[in-house]
Amino acid sequence: MSLVAEAPASEAAPAARLSAAPIVRITALRKSYGTNEVLKGIDLEVRRGEVIAIIGKSGSGKSTLLRCINGLEVFQEGSLTVDGKPLLHESAMAMRELRQHVGMIFQSFNLFPHLTVGKNVMLAPTLVKKRSAMEAASQARKLLARVGLAEKFDAMPDQLSGGQQQRVAIARALAMEPAVLLCDEITSALDPELVGEVLRVVESLAVEGMTLLMVTHEMSFARKVSDRVIFMHQGRVHEMGPPAELFGSPKTPELQQFLSSLHD
Amino acid sequence: MTDFSLWDILRNLLLALRWTVVLSLIAFVGGGVVGGLLLFARLSGGPVVDRLIGLYVQVFQGTPLLMQLFLAYFGIALFGIDVSAWTAASVALTLYTSAFLTEIWRGCVASIPKGQWEASGSLALSFGEQMRHVILPQATRIAVAPTVGFLVQVIKGTALASVIGFIELTKAGSMISNATFKPFVVFSCVALLYFVLCFPVSLYAKNLERKINVARR
Repeated sequence: MSLVAEAPASEAAPAARLSAAPIVRITALRKSYGTNEVLKGIDLEVRRGEVIAIIGKSGSGKSTLLRCINGLEVFQEGSLTVDGKPLLHESAMAMRELRQHVGMIFQSFNLFPHLTVGKNVMLAPTLVKKRSAMEAASQARKLLARVGLAEKFDAMPDQLSGGQQQRVAIARALAMEPAVLLCDEITSALDPELVGEVLRVVESLAVEGMTLLMVTHEMSFARKVSDRVIFMHQGRVHEMGPPAELFGSPKTPELQQFLSSLHD
Repeated sequence: MTDFSLWDILRNLLLALRWTVVLSLIAFVGGGVVGGLLLFARLSGGPVVDRLIGLYVQVFQGTPLLMQLFLAYFGIALFGIDVSAWTAASVALTLYTSAFLTEIWRGCVASIPKGQWEASGSLALSFGEQMRHVILPQATRIAVAPTVGFLVQVIKGTALASVIGFIELTKAGSMISNATFKPFVVFSCVALLYFVLCFPVSLYAKNLERKINVARR
């Protein structure tokens, strides 16, 4: 009796997770460098817990779009809200508030080379969230354990491999407990044999319900992990949909061409 | 006429050496503080402030220190303020040092990769926190060697303060030479004392540079 009653509820759970109000809402966003327009009107809504892969040729504006979401790039037109709060470039306070909800992981890791791995993870929570050193340290140890680097707490970043550094960068971003995590080609600077360890961490985050936006060249990973794939072409969202659809039956000739160029 | 022994000459020069050291310290500490403030203003103040400070740097780097000393000595007097050689020399050397130091340090800050700013900014650190915890610790390591190296320039630069009547090592040297009629001996001693002062500093700068390079590897 009780089994029957519970079954629909457990099925509804993932749907409920996805159907909540959008965590990121981008409306008619335009960005140019001088006269060169790189984003030509982007509309995008990201739901809480959604995993989005952004693919496309280099120069299609995919990294720029990602960098707009946490204010690393200034856009000229349109609006962008995270968790209902609009992104305001003029207000340092508002930017600081927004960035507490948006974590970012970079292609080049960007760990702080003068701090130990542990301090890298602890820095922002102690400064921004005013955590005590003890609290921040125990959180950092937990996060480092989660990315498989518990024993590296006291190591310096330059003693680690690229894959390890990138996993520390993930732990560092997670320490701020972001609602959205942006991943900007995070495996592109890694040796091929180190890509897997980083992707496994990202996959585990996706499984745990983290909202992820990732620019990636790892198509099989995008296909496996993402809920939605966005193909960007010449500054626009050219095609968008579930991975099976986009990779299986691409509608536009540009996407067909892009996908076939990957197999060459 | 009394005879001056070499010891007499050296003793008097050593007494004057104090003032060279004191003036160098004033210039370096004062210049460091002003240069630091200028650096901070330049990094946080936007393009107009950056331009103005750039101009300030160009003015002090593009004119001889001697002219700066003259202008400080005679220029301030024009406003009806009585300036001693002490004040004029301190002011001129402080400004001169600040212009060079702020430029050296700006270069060090600029050499920190952009990714460090982006990563710390993405973690919601404020500008001040980024500077204090991420950028400056790295920039300082790069800056130590050129900064200490520049101290040597400042020490030698204090010699010019002699022309506005400030009695330091060089001025004392010319006074003693006038009294003893042994200019070669006197100025050899003066040069030797400058060397004794500057050489350890240069050596220290070299050492620091080597240490930091090893630590980075």
